Amino acid sequence: MGGSPGTAIGTRVEQQSVDTEQEMVMQASTRFGWWTVFVKEVRENLRDRRALGMALLYGPLFGPVLFAVMTAFIVGKQNEDAEKSLSIPVIGAEHAPNLIGFLRQQGVTIKAAPADPEGAIRAQDEDVIVRLTPAFGEAWRAGEPAKVDLLLDESRQTTRATLGRIRALLDAYSGQIAALRLQVRGIDPQLGRPLLIARHDLSTARSRGATLLAMLPYFLILCAFLGGMYLAIDATAGERERQSLEPLMTTPVAPGQIMTGKLAATFVFAAASVVTCIIAFAIGLKFVPTNDLGFDLDLSPLTALAVMALLMPIALLAAAVQTIIASFARSFREAQTYLQFLMIIPAIPSLMLVINPIKPLAWMLATPLLGQSLLINQLARGDAPGLAAFALCTAGTLLAALAASALAVRLYSSERLALAV
Amino acid sequence: MIIATNLSRSFGGVSAVRDVSFHAADGRITGLLGPNGAGKTTTLRMLYALLKPDTGTVQVDGLDTVQDPVGVRRRLGVLPDARGLYKRLSARENIEYFGRLQGLDDATLKARTDALVQALDLRDIEHRRTEGFSQGQRVKTAIARAVVHDPQNILLDEPTNGLDVMATRAMRGFLRELRAQGRCIVFSSHIMQEVAALCDHIVVVAGGRVVASGTADELRAQTGESNLEDVFVKVIGSGEGLM
Repeated sequence: MGGSPGTAIGTRVEQQSVDTEQEMVMQASTRFGWWTVFVKEVRENLRDRRALGMALLYGPLFGPVLFAVMTAFIVGKQNEDAEKSLSIPVIGAEHAPNLIGFLRQQGVTIKAAPADPEGAIRAQDEDVIVRLTPAFGEAWRAGEPAKVDLLLDESRQTTRATLGRIRALLDAYSGQIAALRLQVRGIDPQLGRPLLIARHDLSTARSRGATLLAMLPYFLILCAFLGGMYLAIDATAGERERQSLEPLMTTPVAPGQIMTGKLAATFVFAAASVVTCIIAFAIGLKFVPTNDLGFDLDLSPLTALAVMALLMPIALLAAAVQTIIASFARSFREAQTYLQFLMIIPAIPSLMLVINPIKPLAWMLATPLLGQSLLINQLARGDAPGLAAFALCTAGTLLAALAASALAVRLYSSERLALAV
Repeated sequence: MIIATNLSRSFGGVSAVRDVSFHAADGRITGLLGPNGAGKTTTLRMLYALLKPDTGTVQVDGLDTVQDPVGVRRRLGVLPDARGLYKRLSARENIEYFGRLQGLDDATLKARTDALVQALDLRDIEHRRTEGFSQGQRVKTAIARAVVHDPQNILLDEPTNGLDVMATRAMRGFLRELRAQGRCIVFSSHIMQEVAALCDHIVVVAGGRVVASGTADELRAQTGESNLEDVFVKVIGSGEGLM
C-alpha cells in the first residue's frame, strides 16, 4: 500500500513545528472545555420555552401561589369561627331552665333542636347539639351529677372551635354551681379546687404562624428539582436521541469535562429556580392576611438569604441525580417519566414533619432533604438554628451532591454510554 | 495520515471487525466500501478513538488512538453516522460550538466559520435555527462543524446518505478540494459508484474483514472484471463464500 517512508517523515517534520502552537490550544480546550459546554447548554435552554418556563415561572410560582391561597383560606376560616356568635341547638331545654338562662346570658343563641339530631350532625348542618333529658332535673334536685349530652363529630376540623366554646361555658356553669353548693353547706369552695391550672403559652406570634409554614420547605425543595429537570434531560437523553452525542464525543474535550459543563448548567437552572421561588415567597407572604390573628408570617431578607444558602447543595444534588437517571434513559420521554417519579422523594421529609414534628437530631440534620426541611422550618419560625446545625446540614448534603456529581461525570467516560442508542 | 493495523473488535461475543489493516495517505481519498453491516462504522469509530480496539492499533499522524485519544481527535475532523444538530442554535452557532470545543480563539473561529460558510454555500441558512433544515442543509452544517478546526485528517461515515444529486455533487467537490490541500480523507460508503467516482484508494470490507484493496484499476486487474460493480460482487461474494 502507498505512502513511501520519505513522505511520511516529511509530513511529520512539518507537523512538529505546528505542535507547540497546537499544544497551547490543546491545553486551553482541555481545561476550559467544560465552560464552552456550560455556556452552550445555558444559551440553548434559555431559548427553550418549556425549560425556561419550568425553571423561572411555573416551578417557582406554583408553591407561593398555592400557599397564599391556602393560608388566606385557613386564616379567613379561623377568623370567621372565632367571631361568629355561638348558636347551639338544644334538645329538652325545658329540663334545665337555669342552665339555659346562664348560656343566654353569656351570649349563646339557643336554637330549637332539629327533628333528626344525629342526621343533622352527620349532614354537617350543625357542629354540636346539646341534649338534656327529664333525668337531668331529677338528678339536679337530688344533688347528683346531672348528665348533659353533646352530640358531635370529632373527626371534623370545624367542630373543634364550637366544642371548645360550649365546653368552657358548661365548665364555668358547673364550677359556679359547685361553689354555691359548698358555700350553702358552710364549706370553703376552695377545697373543691385542689389544682389551680394556669396556662402560659410560650409560642411567639411567629411560631404560631409557622404551623402554616410547615409546607414551605417542600415547595422550595420541589423547585430545586423542577428547575433543572428539562435541562438535565435535554443534555443527556435528549442529546443522544437527537444524535448529537457522538459528534460531541469526537472533539478533544474529555467526556468528564463535557459532563461537568452540562451538570453546571443544570445546577444553575435549579439554583435560579430556587432563588426565584424564595423571592416570590418573601414578597407573597406580605400579602397574606395573617396580622388579623396576631401572627407574624414573614421572610426577612436575611432569613431568605439563609434559606437560599441552605438550598444550594440541594440544587446540586438534584442536578446530579437527575443527570445520572436521565443518562440511562433511551429517550427524552423515558427520562421524563423517571424524573417525575423522582419528584415524590422531596415530599417525604416535609410530609413527615407536618404529620409528626420532631426535635432535630444530628443524623437528621446531616440527611439531605430532611436536614433542610428541619432548618427551614426553624428559620421560618424565627428561631436561629445555630451555625453548627447549618454546617452539619450543608456538609452532609454537599458530600452526597459531590459524590453524585462524580458518578455522573464518570458515567460519560465509558464508551458504552456514548454509543448506546 | 492514518495507519490501521490488525484491528479487531467484538461486541458481546459477536465479532464486528476482524483483523482490518489499511493505510490512508495524505493527499488521497480512501474509501471504505462494503455492504450494510460489514463493519465500516465500527472501524471508523476505532479510527476516531471512540471505541478501543480489542486487538491492533491505529496511528493518526504518528499518534496512537489508545495512548493519546485527545491528540488524535485534535488532528481529526469527523462526520459520524450520527450527525444531529442542536435545533435551538443557528447553523453558525452549531459550527462555532465545535470550534470552541476544539479550542479555537475568537479570531480564528470567525475566520474559519466565514470560510466554511462560503465554501459550503451556507449563507442563506447561516443565521437560521437548524430546526426544519433539509437533509442536505443538515449534512452541510455537520460537515462544516466537523472540519472547523482545519484538521489534517477527515473521516466521514456515509456522507452522502440521504442527499439528492445536487448536494452529492457539491459534497464531492468539497472533498476533492480538501484532497487538493493535501489532507488525508477516509470515507465509508455502501454505494459503489460513489466510491469509484471519488476514491484514489478503495478498501473493500465484508463480514468485518478487508477482502480486497487497491485503486479501481488494481481491483479490476485483481478480479479480471472490467465492470467495477462486478468486482464488488465478486470480492464480497467470495468473502461470504469463505464463511
